[in-house]
Amino acid sequence: MVSEMESGHIEEMDIEVLPSMWPDDVGTDAGKQFNVEKPKGDQDMLEEVTIIDDATIVDFKRLLELTNYTETGSSQLAYLVKHWEYKQANAVRLLREELDILSKQREEVELKKLEILEEHRFEEERYGGDKRPISILDEVYDLWQDVPRRKNDVIVQNKRVEIDAEYDTVVYWKQRAMHLEKLLEASTQREQILIEKLQESIKDLERQSSPVEELSQILKRADNFLHFVLQNAPVVIGHQTIGINYMGMDVTDQVRKRERMAKLREEIAVQKAKETELNKTIHITEETMRAKQMLATMSHEIRSPLSGVVSMAEILSTTKVDQEQRQLLDCMLSSGDLVLQLINDILDLSKVESGVMKLEATKFRPRQVVKHVLQTAAASLQKILTLEGHVADDVPVEVIGDVLRIRQILTNLISNAIKFTHEGKVGVNLYVVPDPSSVKGEGCHQKLTADESTCSANGRKEEKCLSTSRTIGDWKGTHGQRHIEGPCQNHPSCDEPRTPHKSKVSVDGDNEEQPHSPETKVWIRCDVYDTGIGIPETALPTLFKKYMQVSADHARKYGGTGLGLAICKQLVELMGGHLTVSSQEHCGSTFTFVLPYKVSTASDHSDDPDELSDMADHNAATDEATERFFQFQPRTLGSLFSSNGSSRTNMGYTRSHKLNGFSDNSYSFPSNSVRSKETASVEEACSVVDDAETLCQPESSSSHSPDPANRDTVCRGKQCQDDTSSQFQNPIIDSTHHKETSREVAVVAKTREPQGTCQRQEKSDASSQCISSSSTEVPKSTLKPKILLVEDNKTIVMVTQSMMKLLGHSIDVVNNGVEAVCAVQHHNYDLILMDVCMPVMDGLQATRLIRSFEETGNWDAAVKAGIDQALLSLDSLQNGLGSTPSAMRRPIIAMTANALAESADECLANGMDSFVSKPVTLQKLKECLAKYLPS
Amino acid sequence: MLGLGMDRLRADMNRLLALLFHQGVLDEQFLQLQQLQDESSPNFVSEVVNIYFHESEKLLKNLRALLVEREFSDYKKMGIHLNQFMGSSSSIGAKRVRNVCVAFRAASEQNNRAGCLRALELLEHEYCYLKNKLHELFQIEQQRVLAAGVRYPMHN
Repeated sequence: MVSEMESGHIEEMDIEVLPSMWPDDVGTDAGKQFNVEKPKGDQDMLEEVTIIDDATIVDFKRLLELTNYTETGSSQLAYLVKHWEYKQANAVRLLREELDILSKQREEVELKKLEILEEHRFEEERYGGDKRPISILDEVYDLWQDVPRRKNDVIVQNKRVEIDAEYDTVVYWKQRAMHLEKLLEASTQREQILIEKLQESIKDLERQSSPVEELSQILKRADNFLHFVLQNAPVVIGHQTIGINYMGMDVTDQVRKRERMAKLREEIAVQKAKETELNKTIHITEETMRAKQMLATMSHEIRSPLSGVVSMAEILSTTKVDQEQRQLLDCMLSSGDLVLQLINDILDLSKVESGVMKLEATKFRPRQVVKHVLQTAAASLQKILTLEGHVADDVPVEVIGDVLRIRQILTNLISNAIKFTHEGKVGVNLYVVPDPSSVKGEGCHQKLTADESTCSANGRKEEKCLSTSRTIGDWKGTHGQRHIEGPCQNHPSCDEPRTPHKSKVSVDGDNEEQPHSPETKVWIRCDVYDTGIGIPETALPTLFKKYMQVSADHARKYGGTGLGLAICKQLVELMGGHLTVSSQEHCGSTFTFVLPYKVSTASDHSDDPDELSDMADHNAATDEATERFFQFQPRTLGSLFSSNGSSRTNMGYTRSHKLNGFSDNSYSFPSNSVRSKETASVEEACSVVDDAETLCQPESSSSHSPDPANRDTVCRGKQCQDDTSSQFQNPIIDSTHHKETSREVAVVAKTREPQGTCQRQEKSDASSQCISSSSTEVPKSTLKPKILLVEDNKTIVMVTQSMMKLLGHSIDVVNNGVEAVCAVQHHNYDLILMDVCMPVMDGLQATRLIRSFEETGNWDAAVKAGIDQALLSLDSLQNGLGSTPSAMRRPIIAMTANALAESADECLANGMDSFVSKPVTLQKLKECLAKYLPS
Repeated sequence: MLGLGMDRLRADMNRLLALLFHQGVLDEQFLQLQQLQDESSPNFVSEVVNIYFHESEKLLKNLRALLVEREFSDYKKMGIHLNQFMGSSSSIGAKRVRNVCVAFRAASEQNNRAGCLRALELLEHEYCYLKNKLHELFQIEQQRVLAAGVRYPMHN
C-alpha cells in the first residue's frame, strides 16, 4: 500500500516541478545531492520543501524542452532521472526496511504475547494442577484479563518511537511516512483490535472450552476424588453433587465387589471351618471307633480270664466242700458273674453302637421268658420282695423275636427295679397292645369263639379251654388276634389220650388254623413296675444316657455303671420298639417297652421236632402255655445261700442226666419227651418255691433225687387243681389259687403222689413211663445222650473229649464233614458239635446235608454232594432212624475260632442252632449241653 | 527228703506257670487243660501238648514252604493252616502263639508277604519259646511225679 501511493506522487511531481526548476537546476540538484547525503534535518527544512515544490514543476517542463534541444540537457535529465530513481529506490528501500522492522517488531510482540500467553496458560495450568480445582477457577480468569491489557500498552509505545525515527529523513517522505505512520497506526490499531478480537475470541474459545476443561478437570477430580474418598471423604462430599454421584456409582460397585469378596471370604472361612470340623469329627470318629474296638477287645480279654476264674470256681463248687466254703464259693461266683455281666454290658453297648449287633429271630414263649427272668431274679434276691408277673391271655404262646435280647432287657429292668426297691413288690405285666402305627381289625375275635366251640367238643379239657377263653373275655374286652393261640395250644392236650398219630393230626389242625393269620406282627407291651424309690423328674431326661445315674449318691449307694438302661433303650430301639418310663418319687417307677414280635406261622409248626415237642409240651403243661401269673414270694435271708447253692450246683448236673434219659424215648413218643421237658421246666419254675418249701419239709434242700418227684406231683397237682377249679375269673384270682395250690400240694406231696400219677395215667398211656422215669433217677450208663464231635484238630478233639468226660459224657469223634454225615446216618445223636473249618467237607456243608436229610428223609443231597454211596449205607437209613423224615431235628452247634458276628450268622444260616467260640471251655460246653440236651 | 523235693518242684512249677501266665504265653485255657488231667489220664496235659507240638511243627513247616514260594504264595491255604494253628493254640491256651497267628492271618488276608514273613518269624520264635517252657514244665512235673511216687495230684 505504501509503495503505490509513492508512485502516484512521483508522476504528479514530474509534470509540475520540472520546467520551473530548470535555471537553478544544477545548483539545486547538487544541493539536493548534498542534502540527500545529509538526510537528517529539522522543521525548517520541511517549510523549504513546500516552496520548492512549485518551482520544481516549472523547471521540469522546461527541462523536457531543453532535453529535446540539447544532449547535455538530456544527459543531465537522464542523470537526474537516474538520481531520482535512485532516491526513490532508496526511499522504497528505507520504507521497506522500516516495514520490515515494524513487522519484525510486530512479530516479536506477537511472539512475546504468545509467550506471555503461554506462560500464563502454563501458570494457570500449574496453578490448577497444584491447587484444588474449584478454588482456582476464578483466579485463573482474573489472570487472563490482566495480561492482555499490559500487552496493548507496550505495542503503542513501540509505534511512536518508530514514527519519530522516520520523521527525520526527508520532509516529503516524512509526510508520506507520517501518513503512512498514521495508516500504520490505524492498521496497528486495527491489528490491535483484531488482536483484541482475537484475544476475545480466544477468551471466548477458552470460555467455550472451559466446560470441556472443567469436565476433564472434574473427571480428574473424580479420579482424585476417589483417592480423596479413600483419604478423607467428608471434604469432597461437601462440595459436589456430581462427584458424589460418580462416587456413589463407584462405591456401590466397589461395595458390591467388596461385599462379594467378604461373602466369598466368609464362605471360604466357613468352608475351612467345616473342613476342619469334619476332619476333627472324622478323627474323633476314628478314635471313637478305635476306642470302642479297644474297649471291646479289652472287655473280651478281660472276659476270657474272668470266665476262667468263674468256671474254675464253678468246678470247685462241684467238688465236695463244706457249708462255709460253699458260701464263699457262691459269693465268688456271684461277683464273678456280676463282673462278667458288666463286661458283657460294655461289649453289648459297643456292639449296638457300632451297629455290629445283629438280632436273631427265634421262636420263644413270652410267658416262659417272664417266668424264667423272675425266677432268676428271685434266686438271687437278697431282699424281702415279692416278684410277680402277669401275662395277659391275649399274649401269644409263642412269638418270634430275639429272645436273648428281650430277656436281657427284661432282666436288666427287673434287676434295676429290685435294686431300687426295698419293700413291696416288683412285677412284670405283659399284654398285647394295638400296633402303634395301625390299629388292627377285630375280626379275629369271632374266630376265637369258633375255636372255643371246637375246643369244647373235645375231651375233658374243654372246661379248661372255656375257662381260659372266658377269662380272656372278662379280663379284656377286646383282643388282638393272638387269642387264637390260647385255645390252639389246648388242642393237643385234648387229643392226649389218642395215639401219637392222632396228636399229629391235631397239629395239622393247628396248621390249618394258622393260614388265616399268616405271619403277623403283634405288639406286646411289657411293664416292669416296682414300689421302689422312684425317679425324680429332673433325672428322667438323662435316665437313658450312658454312665448316667440319677445322682452320685445313688451311684455310691446302689452301685452299677449306669449302662443298663442305655443298653436296654438301644436294644429296644434296635428291635423297632420303644422304651419309656413313668415314675413317682418314693412310690415307684414303671418302665414300659413295647416291641413288635412276629407270630410264628404255619410253616414253623411243620416237622420241626422241637416244635412237635413244644406242642406236646402243652399237653402236659397246659397251664404253662397259658399261665398268666407267676409269683415268687420273699424268702428268708437265711435260706439264701443253701438254696442258691443247691439250684446252681445240682440242678445243672442231675437234671441234665435225668432228663437225658428221655431223649431216647422221644423218637417214638414225642409226647413223652415233651413230657420230660415239661417236667423240667415245671421243676425249674417250682425250684424257688420248692426251696422255700423245703424249709417246712423234712427233706433237706441238698437231697435232690426225691425232689423231682415232689415237683412233678406239685405240677400235676396244680394241673388237677386247674382241671377241677377252672372257674378263675381273672388272673389275680388265678394267681392266688395257683400259689395256694402249689403250696398246698407241696405240703401234701407224698400223699398225693400216687394219685397224681394215676391221674396222669388216665390221661395218657405213654406218660406212665415218663413219670416213672422222671420220678426215679435214671442210671447214667443206659441213658446217656449221644454226642458227636466233628473236629479235625487233634488238640481240640482231645481237649473237648476230656472236658466232656469231666462233664460225664462220652463222645464220638469224627474228623470231617463227610464222616460226620455218615456218622449221623448210622446213629442218632442228640447233639453235634461241629467245627466249621475242616478238610474234605466243612462243617457248614455237612450241616446243610444233615438238615436236608432231616427235611426230606433221604440223603439225595449228600449223594449229590459227592459222598460215596458205599459210605452212606442206605439200609441203615431205613432201619436206624425210622423213615419218617421229621423224626427230629438234631441240635448242631458250630465250633468256630471266629467269634465274629458274621461267622455266627453264617453258621445259623446254614442250619446250625448255635455256636461256641473256640477255645472251648468247660463253662461253654456245660451251657451248651444244658441248653440243647433235652430240656 | 522226698516231700521237700516235691514241694520245691511244685513251687518251681508254679513259679514257671506264673511266669508264663504273666508273660501272656499261656492263658486260663491251660488251666482248664490241667483241670482235665485226673487219675484216668495222668499225662493228659503233656499228651495234648505233644500232639499240639507235633501238629504245629507240621503246620509251621507248611507255612514256611508256602511263604518260600516267592511268586506263588497260596494265601488261602495259609489262612486255613493258620486257622488250624489258631484253633489248636487257643485250645491249649497258648495265648501268645494264638495272637501271632491272628496277626499272621491278617497279613495273609491282605496278601502282605513281608508281613507274613515277619509274622512267621515271630510265630516260630513264640512257638519255640512256648515249646521250651512247656518242656521245662513237663520235666519238672515228671520229676515231681517221680518224687511223689505214684500219686498224680490234681491241680485244684
